[in-house]
Amino acid sequence: MSIQIADRVRDIPRSGIRDFFEIVQSMNDVISLGIGEPDFATPWHIREAAIYSLEQGRTGYTSNLGLPRLRRAIAKYVAEHFGVHYEPLGEVLVSVGVSEAIDVALRAVLNPGDEVLYHEPCYVSYSPSVVLAGGVPRAIPTRGVDHFVLRAQALERAITPRSKVVMLNFPTNPTGATMPADELERIAAICVKHDLIALSDEIYSELTYDSVSHPSLAALPGMKERTILLHGVSKAYAMTGWRIGFACAPQAVIEAMMKIHQYSILCAPIMGQEAAIEALERGEQSMLNMRREYELRRNYIVRGLNELGLECFKPRGAFYVFPKISSTGLTSREFSLQLLREKKVAVVPGSAFGPSGEGHVRCSYATALEQIKIAIERIGEFCSELNARRAAA
Amino acid sequence: MEALIDLLQKNALTPREDIARMLDLTTEQVEEEISRLEREGVILGYQTIINREKWDTDIVTAVIEVKITPERDGGFDRIASRIARFEEVQTCYLMSGGYDLLIIVEAESLRGVAAFVAEKLSTIGAVQSTSTHFRLKTYKENGAFHHFEQTPERLSVSP
Repeated sequence: MSIQIADRVRDIPRSGIRDFFEIVQSMNDVISLGIGEPDFATPWHIREAAIYSLEQGRTGYTSNLGLPRLRRAIAKYVAEHFGVHYEPLGEVLVSVGVSEAIDVALRAVLNPGDEVLYHEPCYVSYSPSVVLAGGVPRAIPTRGVDHFVLRAQALERAITPRSKVVMLNFPTNPTGATMPADELERIAAICVKHDLIALSDEIYSELTYDSVSHPSLAALPGMKERTILLHGVSKAYAMTGWRIGFACAPQAVIEAMMKIHQYSILCAPIMGQEAAIEALERGEQSMLNMRREYELRRNYIVRGLNELGLECFKPRGAFYVFPKISSTGLTSREFSLQLLREKKVAVVPGSAFGPSGEGHVRCSYATALEQIKIAIERIGEFCSELNARRAAA
Repeated sequence: MEALIDLLQKNALTPREDIARMLDLTTEQVEEEISRLEREGVILGYQTIINREKWDTDIVTAVIEVKITPERDGGFDRIASRIARFEEVQTCYLMSGGYDLLIIVEAESLRGVAAFVAEKLSTIGAVQSTSTHFRLKTYKENGAFHHFEQTPERLSVSP
């Protein structure tokens, strides 16, 4: 007997990243700029706090919503960093990373056929998560000339009577884009005008550079009541493997999300929750140290790529640059595959983040500077060999 | 230029053109800034951190707590600089708490340290008492780990 997979699942394409990962896995000595997580291990004081909690025997389930102490720490942190106040015991849900929170939030608010608008290029899970939740994904392309900012005008044009949710992710994976405060205000006004729910994935919010601070969508007028704010400790505190994210939203939404979460996940793992308390309450300095390191690497990689003729704006957030590679005459997938085969450098094709990512590749600078340096050298060799071949042809 | 000093403290051998890229300056500007810091005595020198387990010499390191009687003029400074000038003394701090100076001494042997304490340090009039501790093993020095190097495993491509 062959097991029939559900149509809904069968029709979802595999992640372009997963595809690429398997090729990279089969090779040795690859320098990877393809990694979407910090290269730092979790700061020691956070790991130590988790060890202590294990020593104390804190190994059981927690409340479905998460440890009350953690939710209080989250509410305090969000109030201080985002300027929005949430009731810790009713308006906060601790999830297994932001990924789970996205899924649960979408399932909590979407009816079949409801449209979800989101800017693209975007994180790989957005469109499939919407489909799995019964919604209809509607991508709004953003452009390199705009530094991949979502223009309010473009959003407004995309709205239809079925539009229910707008998903935002600033700073953005894969482009590093950040929203100027005035454009974000226009976006907020549109959400209010058209009565849209905003799902704001602000996982990279601490990682902004050039002394730019992160404006939170939930803090804007009329937004708190319609925003599901998603954040977590993975990126800022180098805690990807702990799997701790959280959602802050009006109580009725948290209540609905909790129903799904309790039946599918029960609760986020307690070790991660204990570690997250330490990160949020005492991790600021460790985070600032890592951020300073990222900023230096960003400067390095942006200048390096531009010197090679790969046009690359200087993004102000996350830890990705998104250089344009169309001048090489290759598609982003061809570029990435050939670069990998010929020079053993892994970057992620922009097309993995949606069709509007075509013509670009994503390079992560969450990698030691020595590695970035070698990678830039090899990309340089690759480009000049390409040019020579094109000239000969 | 805090960022520049941070980079040099982490690795003084970082190529100047790399530093320039990281700080968004030209190589010339970085070189100029470094020589200014050297000229003004902000940067006193550059050294190597040696893993003594791998580069086995007979050198003995001792930490010595020293109580001294401060002088009417100049307090601790003159006596501290007198002690610091001995070539065995690598480091010399004025401390708060139960003693006054903490000095780190290197010598060819235990006997060498003993001789330094008995013949040079203790014979200085202002030195009231000394307490000597020998180093057995180094785990971390100037921010560099000697034993448990960390190589966290990561996926080679991830979303």
